Amino acid sequence: MPAQESTIRLHLSGIRKEYPGCLANDDIELLVNAGETHALLGENGAGKSTLMKIIYGVIKPDAGKIVWQGDAIQMNGPAHARQLGIGMVFQHFSLFETLTVAENIALSLPAEESRNMEALSKRIREISAHYGMALDPDRHVHTLSVGAQQRVEIVRCLLQDIKLLILDEPTSVLTPQEVRELFRTLKKLAAEGCSILFISHKLDEVTELCNAATVLRNGRGTGRCNPQDVSSEDLARMMVGEDTPLNQNYQKAEGGETALSLNNLSFTPEDPFGVTLNNLNLKVKAGEILGIAGVAGNGQDELCALLSGEEITRADSIELLGQNIGAMSPDQRRRLGFAFVPEERLGRGAVPNMSLVENTLLSSSHRDLKANGWINYRKVREFSRDIIEKYNVKCANEYAQAKSLSGGNLQKFIIGREIEQQPKLLVCSHPTWGVDIGAAILIRHALIQLRDEGAAIIVVSEDIDELYQISDRIGAICDGQLSPVKPTHEVGIETLGQWMAGQFGHDSANPSTVESAHA
Amino acid sequence: MLKLEKRQADSRLMSYVSPLIAIVLTLFGGALLFSVLGHDPLHALYTFFIAPLTNTYGWTELGIKVAPLLLCAMGLTLCYRAKIWNIGAEGQFIMGALGGSMAALQFLDAESRWVLVPILLAGTISGLLWAALAAWLKTRFNANEILTTIMLNYIALNALLYAVHGPLRDPAGFNFPESAMFADAALLPLFSDDYRLNISILFALFFTVVIWTVMARSWVGYQIQVLGEDAKAARYAGFNTNRLTWFALLVCGALAGLAGVAEVSGPIGQLIPQVSPGYGYAAIIVVFLGRMQPFGILLASMLLALTFMGGEMVQIEMSLPKSLTGLFQGMLLFFLLAADLLISYRIVFQPRTARA
Repeated sequence: MPAQESTIRLHLSGIRKEYPGCLANDDIELLVNAGETHALLGENGAGKSTLMKIIYGVIKPDAGKIVWQGDAIQMNGPAHARQLGIGMVFQHFSLFETLTVAENIALSLPAEESRNMEALSKRIREISAHYGMALDPDRHVHTLSVGAQQRVEIVRCLLQDIKLLILDEPTSVLTPQEVRELFRTLKKLAAEGCSILFISHKLDEVTELCNAATVLRNGRGTGRCNPQDVSSEDLARMMVGEDTPLNQNYQKAEGGETALSLNNLSFTPEDPFGVTLNNLNLKVKAGEILGIAGVAGNGQDELCALLSGEEITRADSIELLGQNIGAMSPDQRRRLGFAFVPEERLGRGAVPNMSLVENTLLSSSHRDLKANGWINYRKVREFSRDIIEKYNVKCANEYAQAKSLSGGNLQKFIIGREIEQQPKLLVCSHPTWGVDIGAAILIRHALIQLRDEGAAIIVVSEDIDELYQISDRIGAICDGQLSPVKPTHEVGIETLGQWMAGQFGHDSANPSTVESAHA
Repeated sequence: MLKLEKRQADSRLMSYVSPLIAIVLTLFGGALLFSVLGHDPLHALYTFFIAPLTNTYGWTELGIKVAPLLLCAMGLTLCYRAKIWNIGAEGQFIMGALGGSMAALQFLDAESRWVLVPILLAGTISGLLWAALAAWLKTRFNANEILTTIMLNYIALNALLYAVHGPLRDPAGFNFPESAMFADAALLPLFSDDYRLNISILFALFFTVVIWTVMARSWVGYQIQVLGEDAKAARYAGFNTNRLTWFALLVCGALAGLAGVAEVSGPIGQLIPQVSPGYGYAAIIVVFLGRMQPFGILLASMLLALTFMGGEMVQIEMSLPKSLTGLFQGMLLFFLLAADLLISYRIVFQPRTARA
């Protein structure tokens, strides 16, 4: 590659993309050099994904210029992008589970290249070995872990002569060990001159991996910098903008009496794609936050539904404050002091088309808001106003439809609705998922405060940093089984990662076992 | 170039304008139809929509037809708010008429007005039981209520035909498939001897208010709306879906049954095969045209009642077939569904060239 054109690989300027009612990208400039690992940072909704899709040719910008290796180009779709040497790994993989690795890869290749499966398998082996990604071309995709599936997607990109690899939040589905493996691969790729565009909102990863970063906020670029030179604080500041306090350290708590215990809780879901829960035992104390880590789809949904009463089971397998509640309806459980913040805000935690007043009633009807079957809307309205004020919910007024609120504001409303019922046990699923930093901090504060008032809290989350920050004890769920639960400060990230991968054994020091599982 | 574009949020204004657009388009469609048939369209539309209401008698006749439409429509509103697609008001109406007639025929010599109580109750309960079948099939076997209620409509119709040809046929009726005339005491009281309008219109208005209050203020009404809007939220809140399904269907069946019995012990005065000109189906249009709001449903039931009268009027005045009623009702629903697209979408003009 001549030295002259090697410097600037991709240069976007003045990129603008407008959706009805939403300016996703406004006058964005992005410059990626050859061999550079470039982070694209921003909160949810900042416009990262839109920009990526523009580069990969999935959508066309309304305005702006794309210069690829010195030539101004018009991107005519993903096939064109691939031809130019751009590859992309989406957050959600596009693999056929019933086919083998090699067959999946063959599907994305030109017909003449995919005829010879022998040669293809050989190339897959070579490439995966070269970049340190264990991958067997003959394995069926459904037998692979999520991390290995991602490797299939990456290898698929590497088979072509790749010059720019785009990764959309690649680490969100991985255990810490898998993240480290991925980073080793990416570093090697970058060293060989491939540019990498790395989308994330996890600052420590960006600091570790990237040597350039572009920060987006509300669809506009707020700056370009080198993450190696600036602190995570500064990066976060560029993402968030205003003067929100960024980091808190909360005092850990001990907890008191047992509030909730699971006794050999087992569950076989009706849904064939659900996860079977196997003999779960757990005790949660009043006045503590128990964090449950885990990669999505390992039984979290089933566990939450069983706790909330959306699914019922044997009465004595769930015990709340000495009462067997396993067979009770959600309403009965709420009367005993249970509250639940589900993962889906719209379409479970709140009815999209209903007002906040009506949504207040959804889970708090037992709190003296109705009499003889008639609703006291005056009281409901007062209650909803209290929530809106106390939890700083930004909305037109209490009659605004739930769907008109931003994710963060709706989550503040739902958390407020549940906490204001003064529960003895609160279960939160992904409490700050997709929420802006300001709202996330408010939500964490509220949870800590509720804990200090003596409530037992279970937080189920994929956000490990958050779990470490707020949990007093921590455990993980994998394939329907619970790891041991220990005080947070005794559980290193290494151990937690192994728990998330299903290795609950006592001799935990050997991370290579994770890799050998895929080999 | 014209292009449909999704709106940011559903347009509340358009949800009220859409029925008006549908009505205007129906009128245009009707005018076109009349002129193709060789009639002066304006005169024909006048005969259809205005002539029936040019005197007091016409307005009282309108009231007679509004009553069953309104009763069925309010019951259906309850179901549709819960997204229970009950198409069976027609069958429930027929069973109400049949059950009520069976009771009325026990009291052919009655002198006291009190016989109306068992008659009305019999009709109401018959409709309720007919709806209970659909509720049972849905909650027990998860059978789709659209299919079951449509099928039950046909069973009800055939049960009615069997009754008037068999057990309930008037022995002194020269083999006509009709029951005996009910006793005068078994007929609903009239407002005036000059007109046929009876107190069933008061039942209809009363239950409109009741159903509306239940929807707006009661806990069960709230649960029904949550269930319809978002079944997952209803589950999250712990509502008993099966119990709500039973409630909505039974109330609808009872109201449709009441409408049915009020028809036989009202303007008709006996059980005849064509007891319903399709009130149960027209009520579906009423609900959607009225936007599931009480005042809208009241107006819509008047319009649909008018289509029944207009059909008769053009038959009498212009020798056109009465089935024009069904045609107008069909056009109305068709155009309404089309115009409802504009609630979530808008039409934008887009010059073809301006693409960067």
